[in-house]
Amino acid sequence: MKVWHFTEMPYPYLPPLDEVSTMWVSLPNRIFDPKIGADLYERYLDEYVIADELGFNLMLNEHHQTATCLNAAVPLTAAILARQTKRGRICVLGNPVANRGDPVRVAEEMAMVDCISRGRLDAGFVRGVPYEVFAANTNPTQTVERLWEAIDLIVKAWTTHDGPFGFEGRFTHRRAVNIWPRPYQSPHPPIWITGSSDFDAIRKVASRGYTFATFLQPHESVRKMFDAYRSAYRDCGLPGGGGMAYMPLVYTADSEAEAEKGAQELSWYINVKVEPQYRNPPGYVPVALNVKALQGAYAGRTAAIRAQGLEFQKEQGVVVYGTPDSVVAQIKRFHERVGGFDHLLMMQQAGFLDHQRTVRSMTLFAKEVLPRIAHLTGVAAPVGAAAE
Amino acid sequence: MLDVVGRNEETAAGIRLELRRVGRWRPLLLLHSEDALECEAPFLDLLTADREVVIPSPPGFGRSERPDWVSSPDDIAYIILELIERRKLGGIDVLGCSLGGWIALEMATKEPAAFSRMALVAPYGAKFVGPTERDIADIWMLPPAEVTRRKWFDPKKGERDYKAMPEERLSIIARNNESFARFCWEPYMHNPKLKHRLERVRAETLFIWGENDGIVTPAYGRTFADHVPGASFAAIAEAGHYPHIEQPGAFMQCLRAFLD
Repeated sequence: MKVWHFTEMPYPYLPPLDEVSTMWVSLPNRIFDPKIGADLYERYLDEYVIADELGFNLMLNEHHQTATCLNAAVPLTAAILARQTKRGRICVLGNPVANRGDPVRVAEEMAMVDCISRGRLDAGFVRGVPYEVFAANTNPTQTVERLWEAIDLIVKAWTTHDGPFGFEGRFTHRRAVNIWPRPYQSPHPPIWITGSSDFDAIRKVASRGYTFATFLQPHESVRKMFDAYRSAYRDCGLPGGGGMAYMPLVYTADSEAEAEKGAQELSWYINVKVEPQYRNPPGYVPVALNVKALQGAYAGRTAAIRAQGLEFQKEQGVVVYGTPDSVVAQIKRFHERVGGFDHLLMMQQAGFLDHQRTVRSMTLFAKEVLPRIAHLTGVAAPVGAAAE
Repeated sequence: MLDVVGRNEETAAGIRLELRRVGRWRPLLLLHSEDALECEAPFLDLLTADREVVIPSPPGFGRSERPDWVSSPDDIAYIILELIERRKLGGIDVLGCSLGGWIALEMATKEPAAFSRMALVAPYGAKFVGPTERDIADIWMLPPAEVTRRKWFDPKKGERDYKAMPEERLSIIARNNESFARFCWEPYMHNPKLKHRLERVRAETLFIWGENDGIVTPAYGRTFADHVPGASFAAIAEAGHYPHIEQPGAFMQCLRAFLD
């Protein structure tokens, strides 16, 4: 089991939430104080360096036009970590290539980070959450098509070494692609793709040998996703077992009471405010789901989880919190319930959770939890039965 | 209850399109709006009394196919022109509403002889202002309640009871919404080339506009009309983006005066 530290780098200092209709897309940026922002960047990046020293791997993401995430250009922060960290792998999860519009530039950026970090990069590609289409102006009915055309072009750019190739696709036209540098790792950095319950997409990810990652989902759903991945991976006859990754919110403390307080802070992330029209632009989800939306039976993929409290979220494995012993038990239980997985991505900072508490939580986890879960693999041994 | 002359399919440009014909006597092409509300509206009963209304579902709407290569009203215009030719309906009169009006204008600029008379109800399709200004309200970014307020003089007239509809109908509505976004998302709700082609329109043209349309204003409509040779402009009081739905009587009076 590889363990990864993550923060979305929020700017939580907002007007009272009952005065704010959305944290995404249209919250005016006069609310962002650059001095505070500068302090936050410094602090979040310090925490990543500390994470590296503690033995974590490092995960970053990218979002636009939102107070929930100041990481608006993940190649920049990945490059900073490539210089400032020594040991951990750096997972970009992910480049929003359905929205970025220039896949060749993304291929170059990732190749640079891979070289600067001397091969520590895991490169993820994502469709992006629905709200992103308003900032990027991507046609919401085309995000899946754009994602995969971009991935194909990036992989081709990474793996073509005999001079330029041309590409006239549906969304990108290039005359002469011949990237300098090329990636450090051969044939290219491991590729990760995020998703949820679109099983066709999961099977496609598995068939390419890519790692599949999902976030903040109840364990029953995660089980179905990981089972679909495992069986598709097997069916394709690829070597090894592929990779499955899961992200909960994680807070580790000296006492259960403290842990619950920390988890409440992290829950800021789940209770994000977004105007309804940003949650489900037309064509982002299939017609069948939009039929449910018209019937009033679908409010977005995370709405159900949001509506529940912390206890429920803990039971589902969406939030992991407690003393080190408790955290170990929760992770092992989740691992077993989903049939095993390879990468634990941990949002260990969110909302107002301050530097001191974040570092304390990270340190406790590194010293007292990590050694006890590092042996877990992508296949969980059922209780009382031999491992597969 | 409409006299359904026929509901069938036609193939144009290799695409299977749904086609309905309702009413009697001289044909009239109806290019419906993105919501397709026209297809069940009371004004259609008035129209079909003495016109055979030909209602194609454009690619991606109704039961028509939607191939990947179709990405704009410009594409759709060629396809419907093909349909008209196959059905020997050249020189037909057309009523185009909203997105349907945009499609009609694209068709009229490509094939000036396609239409004799062209009535357009609050069409989209052109942008007359600069890069940082809007003359078409952003219906996908605005809160849904605001969109409703802008579209309807009387929002109650716009209420639809989705929970009471069968799933097949809801699937069509959801797909129509998706197709509308697919074709009109970017550039937003217009073809930058269209305003430069409007000189080619030969059909006698009338723009009909609800005085309270908050999606595209009457001022936008008048500017649009000024770009089409010989076009006239009529405003309907106490009506928003769908004057033919909100004020069918006044609307039909205006339309008949133009068509007959």
